[in-house]
Amino acid sequence: MKRGIVIVGAGECGGRAALALRERGYDGPITLVGAEAHLPYERPPLSKQAMVSEAEPPPKLIAERQFFADRRIECMTGVHAVAIDRAGQSVMLADGRSLPYEKLLLATGATSRRWPLPGADGTRCAYLRTHDDAVRIRSALTAGSHIAILGGGFIGLELAASARRRGARVTVIEALPRILTRGVPEDIARIIDARHRAEGVALLCGKGVTALREDASGIEIALSDGDPVTADLLIIGIGAVPVTDLAQSAGLAIENGIAVDEQLQTSDPAIYAAGDCCSFPLAIYGGRRVRLECWRSAQEQGALAARNMLGAGENVSAVPWFWSDQYDLTLQIAGLPDEGREIVRRDLSDNAFILFHLANGRLIAASGIAQGNAVAKDIRLAEMLIAKRATLDPAALAQPQVKLKSLLAA
Amino acid sequence: MSSNWVEACAASAIDEEDVIRFDHDGQTFAIYRSAEDEYFATDGLCTHEQVHLADGLVMDDIIECPMHNGRFNYKTGEAKGAPVCVNLRTYPVKVEGGKVFVQVD
Repeated sequence: MKRGIVIVGAGECGGRAALALRERGYDGPITLVGAEAHLPYERPPLSKQAMVSEAEPPPKLIAERQFFADRRIECMTGVHAVAIDRAGQSVMLADGRSLPYEKLLLATGATSRRWPLPGADGTRCAYLRTHDDAVRIRSALTAGSHIAILGGGFIGLELAASARRRGARVTVIEALPRILTRGVPEDIARIIDARHRAEGVALLCGKGVTALREDASGIEIALSDGDPVTADLLIIGIGAVPVTDLAQSAGLAIENGIAVDEQLQTSDPAIYAAGDCCSFPLAIYGGRRVRLECWRSAQEQGALAARNMLGAGENVSAVPWFWSDQYDLTLQIAGLPDEGREIVRRDLSDNAFILFHLANGRLIAASGIAQGNAVAKDIRLAEMLIAKRATLDPAALAQPQVKLKSLLAA
Repeated sequence: MSSNWVEACAASAIDEEDVIRFDHDGQTFAIYRSAEDEYFATDGLCTHEQVHLADGLVMDDIIECPMHNGRFNYKTGEAKGAPVCVNLRTYPVKVEGGKVFVQVD
């Protein structure tokens, strides 16, 4: 078999990488190996549109099978890669086949962080990562059912909003004193908290879960203080962990994910990694090593890894960007707010606002919330200002009359 | 009905290098004014997830969807890459007497 480019992981990142290779004129064999039964699909809708649609939705594919076939991209779905032979440059599959490669891209993504509490693997517990997970959870979100969600992060809160739309009763249990502690400023978390409560979600912050007990009628969740919660289903949304086992057993450097350099190359020059599975140095933050769990980053890094496997030699330069939709609220964040020292607030119409995070006058990050997409334009411009490492006048940022586009041109 | 010109807005209602939303007869459009002071119109919704493009950012010839950064050339409607792959439909535009008209179906 002719050596080509093998991509392990057929999610957003791997799928985009495969398409980008052909767009850039690569002519050799491309093989995309995915453990799930589906072609690459978009994960963001799983907690949102897929949960509230009338009928059980099919996965939202990034491209149909024929589209890949037309580009001579072989998609192996439902196939596990079990080992990498680095000396022989080939990937071993669970069915015994091996795929020789000239370059290998690991786009293995992340998986739900498992909760070690006894009972958390029971039949009334669920995690959300894949389309199949979503289909199972969706079937439980019926009017009058009671859904408990462990973890006040994005997955948990988006699911809470979706479950309310389906008419389920919802209880969210968060161990920390507030929701969205990771990367979301308190002013914005407060708006989201209030909205969930107004929509009828029981939000229990600062409470740990001490025991789970399941029977035919439901699951009982004992709390560190207060009465236990009884639900039909407990959804566990306590974060994600990078999938690194394949890389690790092949002896590649691991550092909160598969460690790559600024061009997404691993410690083996023939192997690249991209998306949620990798950690990389981000130059705009002084080379701070980060790992993102983010749709756009997965997409962009897939394409970047493809170009670099073909010799482009481009560095990661994208500013991290993230969004979440809950009810009619949209939150968008550009950059890493935790790098900021000072916050400047810009109030827009209809209670929308943006927080600019500055350090020594330099714009580091921006986070905003609005009904609909009212902050999108400004967050996008902020992203460009962050990339430019712009030093800005806080007074100008605070005034909505001062257009960010004019600051970009300055 | 190729002569169906509809008044959309005052020419001055759109900033240079910006976009507004225009709804007509159950259809939604995005009307653009370029940095060179020319006017253009496209379908109002992104071909990826049906989001109003008028909330997005216009830079040069590009409108970027506010939701997932799908990019289109608003002068030609051409989709400029992931996550959008379906082009936007464009509509003829004219400016008369300080008003912008769009030729709808």
